[in-house]
Amino acid sequence: METYTYYPGCTLRTKAKDLDTYARSSAEALGIALEEPADWQCCGGAYTTAKDEIATKLSAVRTLNSAKILNRPLITVCSACHNVIKQTNYDIANSEEMAAKVNNYLKLDEPYNGETTVYHYLEMLRDVVGFDNLAQKVVNPFTGKKIAAYYGCLLLRPSKALAMDDPENPTIMEDFIKAIGGTPVIYAQRNECCGGYITLEDKAQAAKRSGAVMKSAEDQGADMIITACPLCLYNLKKNSGSELPVYYFTEILAQALGLKEANNE
Amino acid sequence: MQRIGVFVCHCGTNIAATVDVKTVAEALGHEPGVVISQDYQYMCSESGQNLVKNAIKEHNLTGVVVCSCSPRMHENTFRKAAAAAGLNSYMVEIANIREQCSWIHKDIATATEKAIILGKAAVAKVHLNAPLTAGESPVAKRALVIGGGIAGIQTALDIAEAGFDVDIVEKNPTIGGKMAQIDKTFPTLDCAACILTPKMVEASQNEHITIHSFSEVTDVKGFVGNFTVTIKKKARFVDETKCTGCGLCTEKCPMKKVPNEFNMGLDNRSAIYIPFAQAVPKVATIDPNYCMMMKTGKCGVCSKVCSAGAIDYKQQDKFIEQKYGAIVVATGFNPINLDKYDEFAYNQCPDVVTSLELERLMNAAGPNGGTLLRPSDKTHPHKIVFVQCVGSRCDDSKGKPYCSKICCMYTAKHAMLIREKYPDTEVYVFYIDVRTPGKNFDEFYRRAVEQYNVHYIKGMVGKVTPRSDGKIDVQASDLLANEQLHIDADMVVLAAAIEPDKTARPLATMLTTQMDTNDFFTEAHPKLRPVESATAGIFLSGACQGPKDIPETVAQASAAAAKAIGLLVKNSITCNPCVAHSNELMCNGCSSCEKVCPYGAITYIDKEFRMPDRTTAVRRVANVNPAVCQGCGACTVACPSGAMDLNGFSNSQIMAEVDAICK
Repeated sequence: METYTYYPGCTLRTKAKDLDTYARSSAEALGIALEEPADWQCCGGAYTTAKDEIATKLSAVRTLNSAKILNRPLITVCSACHNVIKQTNYDIANSEEMAAKVNNYLKLDEPYNGETTVYHYLEMLRDVVGFDNLAQKVVNPFTGKKIAAYYGCLLLRPSKALAMDDPENPTIMEDFIKAIGGTPVIYAQRNECCGGYITLEDKAQAAKRSGAVMKSAEDQGADMIITACPLCLYNLKKNSGSELPVYYFTEILAQALGLKEANNE
Repeated sequence: MQRIGVFVCHCGTNIAATVDVKTVAEALGHEPGVVISQDYQYMCSESGQNLVKNAIKEHNLTGVVVCSCSPRMHENTFRKAAAAAGLNSYMVEIANIREQCSWIHKDIATATEKAIILGKAAVAKVHLNAPLTAGESPVAKRALVIGGGIAGIQTALDIAEAGFDVDIVEKNPTIGGKMAQIDKTFPTLDCAACILTPKMVEASQNEHITIHSFSEVTDVKGFVGNFTVTIKKKARFVDETKCTGCGLCTEKCPMKKVPNEFNMGLDNRSAIYIPFAQAVPKVATIDPNYCMMMKTGKCGVCSKVCSAGAIDYKQQDKFIEQKYGAIVVATGFNPINLDKYDEFAYNQCPDVVTSLELERLMNAAGPNGGTLLRPSDKTHPHKIVFVQCVGSRCDDSKGKPYCSKICCMYTAKHAMLIREKYPDTEVYVFYIDVRTPGKNFDEFYRRAVEQYNVHYIKGMVGKVTPRSDGKIDVQASDLLANEQLHIDADMVVLAAAIEPDKTARPLATMLTTQMDTNDFFTEAHPKLRPVESATAGIFLSGACQGPKDIPETVAQASAAAAKAIGLLVKNSITCNPCVAHSNELMCNGCSSCEKVCPYGAITYIDKEFRMPDRTTAVRRVANVNPAVCQGCGACTVACPSGAMDLNGFSNSQIMAEVDAICK
């Protein structure tokens, strides 16, 4: 069994336990051991685009470095954590100035220069496990279920740094849905913003954004919507005013693999 | 020892601002063999040329070095000047101190030093130059036009008008191209078919014009004045000489569910089809991917109903070979594929269409007989949003970096036509900039805004969301009012960027012509030779060279025709004497040169040689046909024994240049 360094992130310890639990159990069933680094910290929460802002990115570098020491790829699952860690890694690898500043602050035993490979859990399913192999391990297929994939804005953008899929025309989650036997629903709002943190300041705005997403998915006949992001899940569930069930993609993965009872919502 | 004159040009300030030309002239004056070294403000001008001519006579020069712009610009000018003064043209060398020096350097000291080195290299080469004499080769009095759109048709008509035979090769079953699909033309709003179809008929009836429709160029050999082209006449499974174009077969064909390319897939055609009523040639074509007879062997209806007996299910592709003196490329354009533009929901909603699809939807011969109806439910749209620059002026990998040029005008045309015909329809146009230079163009756009009340909004559409109630939610920004807009539209029209036809790149390889990074053919000079390619005898017509509207295309088509005629009227043309030759005593007959020659200029002959012991031996040696050789030099590099050499660019000349640079 191959071992990967696994970064859960703070939210997965509190609000988004389901995203974490089923990611771990499914990985095990698929023959991949996920090992948490002992000393991980918050990813930084949001990626600061200011070029001279280094401090908020240091905790992400610590995680990247602990994966490097073990010579393992780093797996993330939360969209926001993935976005911060992958962008930080990209910047260090592509900017000598950034790398110099970061190493200046951290004083690691050996300087970190972006060596670690970062996979989102979905990329691990696609590129390490393979969707074909996944399909063969499915025991409870979602046959006949119309599932809408919700990417949100953080999972794929900026595409140059994240390099996961085409941000305007992605297929990775749809391919995942097909692998577990479901029917993907293509709807226009699948990669639009859910409102994000604006829910703290202006609930009406978040309701408008998440409402637009849910309405568009419902409109195209979706039975459920899946996401990789705790904040998206929150907005879609609590702010959208829609009754359409929202799940983490790891929940339905575990369900398909027979590791979780069906949802009764 | 040669007697060499050096002439350093200022090119106004183009060279003189970065290169100290006086120092260059002074330094080169001390080179061995240089008897005179001068500088002048514009060496290419008449007085500059006279300077060169007088120096040749006065100092009895045997070689000339001009330090100026690229040889592609003025080598010919100075060769002619030298010839006029009685010096062999090929004793002139150009040191390019503009493109390769002054334009790319900022520091005067460095640039001056480099200019001197480039000059020294040219002097070193001239020492080894020998006079060359150009031969002549005959011109085949026939032109080939590749592409049968309005560009190709106009070029062919003009060449035919001058009395020369001309062949049009068109890959589709009919000529006419994109213009045949267009409804009305800007800025006059006259009907495209009414001005195009008579020209199509004229082309087909002209005794000098032969149309090879449903055909492709598969091979090009030879050179200017003497091209040999292979044309594949694709099997259309209908005998062109027998078919009368009555159309009975297309009516009776039971397979009627084939997406109709002419109507952009908005309706269906039959498996045997004539693209449109005014097609030229008006001959049916069988689509073997859909024909039941071809696929299953069961049907044969068309064959039964054809009273002319033209159907031939066993027809094969035919190849014909023809000699041409000139070739005109007129391969045109296509709108880009919008599959990658998920934000505009083009693949999610049938009511999101491209502008070319809208042309068909509004055309009297289109799928709705000219009534504008939504493709999804055939209802009349009351709110239409146009999005400009879809894929144009775009710096990501999906789109094109250039402006597609025609979209602003045709969108204004569409908006105006819709408002004219359906005043109850609201029309919005989202733009980055409105670009309407051209005769009566801006007036046309103003008319759309002021007279027809089209809502022009500066800003781009961010998201198009089709709804289940049939409306399309368009989210956009209004940059002038600084606000977000939501429009519940009935239709969205995308002005897709245009790109060169996919056949252009392989064709460019066959023709050994240049293309830019966007696959547009590159003209020989952007200002002074806009319709010629850098390859002699190949001319460019229409949108294959860059985005163009119809008037510009027609103008360029006629210009290309004029250039082709200028070539065809000559009985012979001067050949390039800088061709390869083989030193037979060194050649071991290994065939390396023959394999790398792109022009097929090298053959092998068995030749008798006298050996040192007074016997004779027959050896196989390379032989270059100077009329076919283009002087590319590939053979000289490939030859393992050093037997191949190039006149004017001999190995010793090149090495002398390298030595001078490295000294």
